[in-house]
Amino acid sequence: MEFFRVKKDIPFMSYRKISVIISFAIFFFSVLFLFTRGLNLGVDFTGGTIMEVSYPQVANIESIRSTLDEIDIKDSQVQNFGTSKDALIRLPLTDNLSIADLSEKVASALRVKDSSVQIKRVESVGSQVGDELYEDGALAILFVCLGIMVYLWLRFEWRFAVAAIVANLHDVIIILGFFAYFQWEFNLTVLAAVLAVLGYSVNESVVVFDRVRENFRSPKMRRAKVTEVVNNAITRTMSRTIMTHLSTQTVVIAMLIFGGEILHNFALALTIGILFGIYSSIMVGCPMAIWLGTNQNNLAVTQTDQNKDNIDS
Amino acid sequence: MNQYSRWKYFLILLTIGLSLIYVTPNFYGESYAIQIMPLKSGDKIESSVLKIVESKLNLENLNNTGLIYEPSSIKVKLESAEDQLKAKTVIEDSLGNQYVVALNLISNSPNWLTNIGALPMYLGLDLRGGVHFLMQVDLTTALEKTTGGYLRDIRTELRKDRVAYYDAKKNNDVIQIKFKTEQDLKDGKNIIRDINPDFDFKEMKINNEQLLKIIISEKTKKSITEFAIKQNLETLNNRVNELGVAEPIIQQQGLDRIVVQLPGVQDTAKAKEILGRTALLEMRMVDDEKSNPQNIEEAINGKPPFGTELFYDRFENPILVKKEVILTGERITNAGPSVDSQTGQSVVSITLDGAGSNIFKEVTRENVGKKIALLLIEKNLTEVITAPVIKSEIGGGRVQITGMRNTQEATDIALLLRAGSLAAPMEIIEERTVGPSMGKENITKGIQSTIWGFVAIVILMIIYYMLFGVISVIGLSVNLLFLVALLSAIQATLTLPGLAAIALTLGMAIDANVLINERIRDEIRNGNTPQASIHMGYEKAWGTILDSNITTMIAGLALFMFGSGPIKGFAVVHVLGILTSMYSAIFVSRGIVNYLYGNKRKIKKLSIGEIFKVENN
Repeated sequence: MEFFRVKKDIPFMSYRKISVIISFAIFFFSVLFLFTRGLNLGVDFTGGTIMEVSYPQVANIESIRSTLDEIDIKDSQVQNFGTSKDALIRLPLTDNLSIADLSEKVASALRVKDSSVQIKRVESVGSQVGDELYEDGALAILFVCLGIMVYLWLRFEWRFAVAAIVANLHDVIIILGFFAYFQWEFNLTVLAAVLAVLGYSVNESVVVFDRVRENFRSPKMRRAKVTEVVNNAITRTMSRTIMTHLSTQTVVIAMLIFGGEILHNFALALTIGILFGIYSSIMVGCPMAIWLGTNQNNLAVTQTDQNKDNIDS
Repeated sequence: MNQYSRWKYFLILLTIGLSLIYVTPNFYGESYAIQIMPLKSGDKIESSVLKIVESKLNLENLNNTGLIYEPSSIKVKLESAEDQLKAKTVIEDSLGNQYVVALNLISNSPNWLTNIGALPMYLGLDLRGGVHFLMQVDLTTALEKTTGGYLRDIRTELRKDRVAYYDAKKNNDVIQIKFKTEQDLKDGKNIIRDINPDFDFKEMKINNEQLLKIIISEKTKKSITEFAIKQNLETLNNRVNELGVAEPIIQQQGLDRIVVQLPGVQDTAKAKEILGRTALLEMRMVDDEKSNPQNIEEAINGKPPFGTELFYDRFENPILVKKEVILTGERITNAGPSVDSQTGQSVVSITLDGAGSNIFKEVTRENVGKKIALLLIEKNLTEVITAPVIKSEIGGGRVQITGMRNTQEATDIALLLRAGSLAAPMEIIEERTVGPSMGKENITKGIQSTIWGFVAIVILMIIYYMLFGVISVIGLSVNLLFLVALLSAIQATLTLPGLAAIALTLGMAIDANVLINERIRDEIRNGNTPQASIHMGYEKAWGTILDSNITTMIAGLALFMFGSGPIKGFAVVHVLGILTSMYSAIFVSRGIVNYLYGNKRKIKKLSIGEIFKVENN
């Protein structure tokens, strides 16, 4: 079996104007949603409490709400979670109760109302911790971007490094845009997924750039245009691209199906990251590299090394 | 060209063999157990206890399925959860309060595996259930408290050496004392320097007053805060022991935080109460001289006479107490509830340490006929528990505190005093609780995601790459084996995001094999011989694999450095997974390929799936 039976290289780069326009449009909307709707940040970042409670019968959301009203807890949100027997309660930070007391107060009130209730999970985060997690998250993204850029700059050259990181950040912004538009909860686990996508989707760029460099050095392509070289590199790595992402995506789908509520948004972020990762490395990263002026001459210095390698082997 | 030397095959077999050994404990399951530990962590348990436990259990017809004696603990395996609960009561009753008796689950893996350090993976709280607290230590208060202690010492020493001073007070962490003459100030300074040579001094002369400011140096401040954290850690350890938790984790995190993890604990309310109680016992003299109705009236209106404070006893009677603290709870070495033989009332008997005994003896000798107040400070509320008249000098450091409402209160207060006080107050700033059923659900979810993801990859790879697909899948299985073995061997905490990372690692690790297989196809397409294609395929793919793994690694390391809690769990597995996948996808899979093809002189075709060839290439 072979997915790609192409006789000629697919002229990906001739569509680059369209793809850049599409990318700008998606990017624009993502940023727009991020500003207008904002991320629905989970308690990890905002501070506050979530409690997952479970009943042997169908959870009575109204009754839970009235219980919270009775003990004078305001601005809470109650909703079903996963199954109809489970409910998720969100409580904001309060001035007069510590986070430790708040969850205990709610738990005991719920038990008084219905002793069969089971507290499955409590997550309480104080405001200072929330702020720190927020800062650490931003620092982590910055660190990953810089780290990847420096590495690619050393291994390839700065044009590839810039192109890869632009393609990558494009994916990250789009993931965030989706989360903002659909108001899916953005918590620590989703952040982990975003960072994993940063590390993962850069692979795609690395593989393509690797081929581009190889093509530049190969005698066959010495006279070819830069766009032809890039088109050839993309076409020849297409089979790998599909197989790899298909494999990763199947695992992520397994996670979506079996992973439960906690892993759900994590898997969603990965799915968006993988799909846009393929698109962006090809249709954003490569045009970017061409636009920045990548050509045979940029890699001329390393050519002698390559010859030496060939002699050695 | 495609041959491995013997040592390479040997290395592959050795690593697989070792991994198999380290993976095995994960399959033995766990049994219900009781764990008996000494009350003070670090103490040893005597082997005679083992015999007592065994005979008591036999007496109650409780079958144990294994007794394990370690110097730090005794573990008793039992058949069912029901037996476990019964056994706990039996053991608690027979051993008294000298030991901590906790419920636990222990691995059924054979002893020889345990002895070589092969243990099941260490499950995080989200997989086994339990509570996680992050506590913020208020170091400013610790600093103020120590400053108060210094002020007390300074006063005592100056008085002892008869140096005249007046108006000694503290302002945050600065102590200020006034002297009448310059000579007094000089003498005073020498005495004070003896208390702590690291004090910084500042002398001032204002309107005939000799003012001495004593500033606590940064070095001292640092040691004070370090000591405060250390004491809080120790106190938390003791308190957790009172709770009876099998494998608690109590660790400092950062400069001023403490993480407490209590696996298996379900009663969060009780845990919070015991951990968070900042009960402090203070002994101070009642100011009898100033306790006239007028002074008390003024004190109630917020103006207590100089050098005194107003508190209420349990019957709401106002009592004027001197500000000076004679003793604090830190001097208590033991405390237990008991009953006064004469009155039949519940009391708490406490034992003081050497220094505490001396101070108490001295104070009681000098103040016969006066009242001494015992104050309990809890959650910023101070209450006079009792204020008895000193009848005679009390030596030996054994003191009875009367005035308990009932036995329960005597027990509670004794526990608090015994478990020590906190050097600085703490506040819970993060709580994560997971119920036991949730933990089991999470394990199932994580494992199912991994298994089904794995199955899908296996099908995909074999259909697409035929025999080379099978080789890749073997490489991937070996990768999974290595990863689980490594996680078990280093006992890294496995969490639900960690399980997700295992699944994701499998999905990503296959990339290396895909790259290799595609390269081999490429080489064949270019008209190379099968042997040369294998060689060139691995060779050319190597650089790309390295680059892509390093960039993934950078992201993994960032997650590890900046991530906390769930993210860290993800990062550890992710990073380890990258390392194992490099080894298995490149080194091990090459080994299999070499073994299968390397010795054959003539191969017509590689079983790597259909290769489409452009005719006029």
